[in-house]
Amino acid sequence: MSEPIRVVPLYGDVMNVYADRGNLLAVQHRAAERGIEVVVLPASLGDPLPDGADLVLIGGGQDREQQRIASELAAHGARLRDWAAEGVAMLAVCGGFQLFGRWYRDGDGETLPGAGVFDVTTLASGPGQPRCVGDVLAASALADVGAVVGFENHGGRTYLGPEARPFAIVEFGWGNNGADGTEGAIYNAAIGTYLHGSVLPKNPRLLDHLLAAALTHRSGRQVELPALPSPVAERAHEAAAAVARQRGFPFLGLAR
Amino acid sequence: MSSPLRRRAALVAGHLAGEATRRLGRGGGTALPGLVAGSLAPDLVENLASLPGHGLVTVTGTNGKTTTTHLLAEIARAAGMRPLTNRSGSNLERGLVTAYVDAAGADGAVSGAEDALGVLEVDEAVLPTVFVRLKPRAAVFLNLFRDQLDRYGEIDSVADGWARAIESAQPPPTLVLNADDPSVALLAERATGRVITFGIDDTTVALKAAEQASDARFCICGHRFTHDHIFVSHVGHWRCTACGRSRPTPDVAATRVHLDADGSDIEVRAGDEIATLRVPTAGLYSVTNVVAAIAAGLALDVPLATSVAAVSAAGPAFGRQERFAIEGRQVRVWLAKNPAGLNEIARALTAADRDLYLLAILNDGIQDGKDVSWIYDADIEHLAGRIAALTCSGARAEELALRFAIAGVQGVGGVEATTVTPHLHAALNDAIWRVPEGGTLDVVATYTAMIEVRGMLAERAGVAAYWEQAR
Repeated sequence: MSEPIRVVPLYGDVMNVYADRGNLLAVQHRAAERGIEVVVLPASLGDPLPDGADLVLIGGGQDREQQRIASELAAHGARLRDWAAEGVAMLAVCGGFQLFGRWYRDGDGETLPGAGVFDVTTLASGPGQPRCVGDVLAASALADVGAVVGFENHGGRTYLGPEARPFAIVEFGWGNNGADGTEGAIYNAAIGTYLHGSVLPKNPRLLDHLLAAALTHRSGRQVELPALPSPVAERAHEAAAAVARQRGFPFLGLAR
Repeated sequence: MSSPLRRRAALVAGHLAGEATRRLGRGGGTALPGLVAGSLAPDLVENLASLPGHGLVTVTGTNGKTTTTHLLAEIARAAGMRPLTNRSGSNLERGLVTAYVDAAGADGAVSGAEDALGVLEVDEAVLPTVFVRLKPRAAVFLNLFRDQLDRYGEIDSVADGWARAIESAQPPPTLVLNADDPSVALLAERATGRVITFGIDDTTVALKAAEQASDARFCICGHRFTHDHIFVSHVGHWRCTACGRSRPTPDVAATRVHLDADGSDIEVRAGDEIATLRVPTAGLYSVTNVVAAIAAGLALDVPLATSVAAVSAAGPAFGRQERFAIEGRQVRVWLAKNPAGLNEIARALTAADRDLYLLAILNDGIQDGKDVSWIYDADIEHLAGRIAALTCSGARAEELALRFAIAGVQGVGGVEATTVTPHLHAALNDAIWRVPEGGTLDVVATYTAMIEVRGMLAERAGVAAYWEQAR
């Protein structure tokens, strides 16, 4: 590989309430294992977006933090949508996923504009509606990724628009809204998900998928990574899957 | 209102429930007695409030509650009061009622209440529901960090709950506030009574760089805080350049701090008075707990010299840097339950100029936090070059091993650094035998793991179980 891949953590110092920086650590660690060079170009409040990116990461935040970044993120929307259209890899988690949708209506009834990368909309939980909290085991729509594990903790209910595809179908857990069985969304190489915090460390195939997509974007040709086992991560994946099967709530709704 | 007779019957029932759990070997009975008694007489909390002759002090915050409560109880004792406390971090409403059951004899009667001072640690999310009923004379607020978000929801809602509780409490309690934590210090704006602040003035112990898990980045006015010095997370010397709010000058301050591997030597200023003392537990957070307890003593009009003598002589609280001698090794137990706490422990561990032997235990029960993602918010990278041997255990041992692998923990001298042993008995043996004789094993554990491993250590070292220890 000639050029290092450009990893852009967005609002990493604001949108990090659920350990989302674990995803950046995992990218750096796995890239080093594979001999892939990485340059990290963080952009936060008041910063312009860098000239280009191969992998964009954004995490979750509380309502207050989401309100703080929403308008600025929406102003970056056109660039982000262009990037997604040209195949930049993205991982938007929880609150970041919500704000990468078309809009988010928060607990105060205020509608926050989104970046519009995904054709999804989100409503804050209504009175008496529980938060969606718990272990998740889901079958991803990506052939090279397979099962994904994680933990979700969100009040908002996200609904897919006609152009959105689900990232995964929930086996254990709530998913996007607790009703339709979908988890997250995919558009091109961009992935949105409610699996927060340590989603990339303990889902090594998803991590490799995003790295391959970032390299593909960087080099302009389809890149397939050579097989490289990650036994420690695979064991953590299996252990988390076992926990979800044991105490997660099995999803009984109809998946679309 | 339940009748005095009904209350007394409830206390007797609670007492019996506690006896039964202990005899069945089902733990210390720190919650069940309160549950039983509370269901028979729901107003026991209100009644508890009016019981101690010297009134009642609450201690809340994310980290340091148990230790600060323990230190304040020692201060009260030294000042001639009889502390009435809840035990072993049993800080939900049922734990508070258990404290009442414990104070009562087997016949349900409380004697000597006129000399008593209630010193109760209260869970940060439970505080708003009990604060007004407890009618505290003083209330200590330590800090507010992200912790068990799967249980508490968002951090902001915890802070809002505290503010509302303070505004509703009558008569207004003296607030004892951490000047260094803006989430806590700004509660002074809601105070209608006296406010006493505490903090660390010595900036030589500040961090060189900010940590990842910073939880209060923005002022009430919406502007981003400026930190001239950071001690942990968002705690330090802060100010807002937009509205002019800033860290108050603490009434009780650690003016000089010298940290070492086992504790620290500090100078404390309270008003015009200055004292020096040895803090017998490691880490800067131990210093904060000490100045918090001294400030709370000030709120109770305890002289500085009395407080200083009491905290210097106090042993560690349950499972908080307690030491055990086993197989010719020293074993020290650390409770880690959130990123800020783990960061402070990592920092205290690296203060020792030696290779580290660690047993790290990650459980995912309700009291630990079912979501274990938080380990990625702790900067355990600092430990990476220092670990000679690491045993990972607990319900999520594999996840912990992965976190340490990503942090770059590698073996020293060709020995595999990390072993993964979910079964705790085996893990403890593995960890102990990897330490050279005469060396120290540091056990870092989440809450339920700490209870479990401490039980094993106490048994092997011949120490009494926690419910048999004098309070």
